[in-house]
Amino acid sequence: MFHKMIFALALAGVATGVAEAQTAPAPLPVPFPNAPQTGAPAPQAPGQPGGANPQQQGELVVDVVGGVSAPLGIAIPVMPTSDVVNTPAGRTDQLGQQLAQIVTTDLRNSGLFKPLDSGVKPVLFPEVTAPTFDYWGGAGASALVQGFIRANGDGTLTVGCYLYDVTSRAELARQGFVVPPSEWRRAGHKCADMVYSKLTGEGPYFDSRVVYVSETGPKGKRIKRLAIMDQDGGNHRFLTNGQAIALTPRLSPDQRSIVYMSYVEDRPAIYVYDIESGRQRLLVPNTNLTFAPRVSPDGKWVLFSMAVGGNTDIYRVPFNGGTPQRLTDSPAIDTGGTYSPDGSRIVFESDRSGTQQLYVMNADGSQQQRISFGSGRYATPVWSPRGNLIAFTKIGGSFRIGIMSPAGGNEQLLTDGAQDEGPSWSPNGRVLMFFRSSGGGNGRADLWSVDLTGVNVRRVPTVLDGSDPAWGPLRP
Amino acid sequence: MAKLTTSLLIGTALFTAACAKKPPAVIPPPPGQSVVDPNAGQPSIAPGSRADFERSVTSNTVNFALDSFSLDDRARAILDSQAQWLTRYPNVPVSLEGHCDERGTREYNLALGDRRALAAKNYLAARGVAPGRISTISYGKERPIALGSDEASWAQNRRAVTIVLN
Repeated sequence: MFHKMIFALALAGVATGVAEAQTAPAPLPVPFPNAPQTGAPAPQAPGQPGGANPQQQGELVVDVVGGVSAPLGIAIPVMPTSDVVNTPAGRTDQLGQQLAQIVTTDLRNSGLFKPLDSGVKPVLFPEVTAPTFDYWGGAGASALVQGFIRANGDGTLTVGCYLYDVTSRAELARQGFVVPPSEWRRAGHKCADMVYSKLTGEGPYFDSRVVYVSETGPKGKRIKRLAIMDQDGGNHRFLTNGQAIALTPRLSPDQRSIVYMSYVEDRPAIYVYDIESGRQRLLVPNTNLTFAPRVSPDGKWVLFSMAVGGNTDIYRVPFNGGTPQRLTDSPAIDTGGTYSPDGSRIVFESDRSGTQQLYVMNADGSQQQRISFGSGRYATPVWSPRGNLIAFTKIGGSFRIGIMSPAGGNEQLLTDGAQDEGPSWSPNGRVLMFFRSSGGGNGRADLWSVDLTGVNVRRVPTVLDGSDPAWGPLRP
Repeated sequence: MAKLTTSLLIGTALFTAACAKKPPAVIPPPPGQSVVDPNAGQPSIAPGSRADFERSVTSNTVNFALDSFSLDDRARAILDSQAQWLTRYPNVPVSLEGHCDERGTREYNLALGDRRALAAKNYLAARGVAPGRISTISYGKERPIALGSDEASWAQNRRAVTIVLN
């Protein structure tokens, strides 16, 4: 099913002349229906992204399974404002520039779009819903994203986002987002998600966060801090002060907590960190080494590893605490357990065969079965949110990121770094974030991403160095 | 001191040098006696202290083969010297730190470091050191002692280190 996923573009329906611009242009930017809650986008997505087959409608489409391999030319001019107003997030005209930049960066980083580098002219406010298609076509854009920003009387901001097919001169999608000033960047990510979903048919992923381990200092005495940021590196925040080593964080499905491992009081163990209050609690109050925490998709369990008398097995414990329940009992090292998206199965690594290999089992620990049989060792398995792939670290001289089916077939290696480790899936299952270490005394680790083609490899910007990225779900 | 064969002593000396642990410039006095340093400002070494341990034992560190937690002859000889000292000071608690090289993944190495610390602990316990005195902590690959990415550095980083806790 997923042999070689070649991302490509197809401009479908160009000749059909479907959109002779008979549909009247949308009215001037008017207030979108107000969102019921601050922070929630206004609910009026036209159609469901990825639902219908856009090709049949003769629309612009980014084909992700075959075709010509070249990113789609897209123009994203600065989003004008009807009225320049100072807000806690900045002046609305400056926010309009930054929003266009966020959309541009998101779409470019997906590897599927090529935002115009030049010829992006300013857009007047009334032009947002009446694009100058001839101009954009001449500038080399197949698609056009226009929008506006407006400060509302109640202190919120409204961001409108419109997607056009330049060739057919048709509006493809529009959405409005009402956000508090503190979350203005999310409106940009939501806009990019709308464009991405509409043109690729894939699920959105830009409006999401990443927890990771921020690293700094000499190799033998690295300071490792828990940190959280937006998927693109924005809104970066340190959560721990670095006095104790922090490792292997994971966001809970409700995104309110982070499970991670801390060396606080020289007792390495798993803690549950509450993001809002900054308080944390020990997950399993005993003296054993506990590590490798992962929360179940329903949020009710934490899967983890515990070393008892030198034997590491996989256990689960209720998220709110309780008695750990042992799921594996091999005398080998069993660790890295991760749930399938429906919570019914677990993939984990074990060296019971002599070297680290991948195994799957039912959520209660029954029916353990090896799935990796290639040369080398396999570690850090993680189940795709779509359920159809398992990503892992392949150890064979170097460390590389790879994918295989949950039955163990169709293995593909996606990266070629010397030391790439610890993949984590984007919410839509099309991109993996991981960390890449460089060797030697000045060795450091940084966050990188790669998509399923293995072609689009990018460094993820962080304030300091970084490791152990864990990509959270799409934000509500 | 432990009665070691000549070859072991040579091996130990080589090993010690490789670890960049300089032998004391002056031959230490017999254990059990504190040293009053003639130079003001230099602390004396109290019997039963961490410094006393580290100058008395063959090494505070044992090393392991790749992806292994078994103790070879050299490691056992080193632990024998540690057990002797620990028997002499039966009230001193120690911590055993388990470490790995960078060629394993982070979580796996936490488990492997735990196994190495426990292997050393169990050996000391078999030599008569009360297990209740020995705590263990795994650092995985998070605290390398040699910073290179080469065989020699990796060999040094695969280790269990005995730390006197006082």
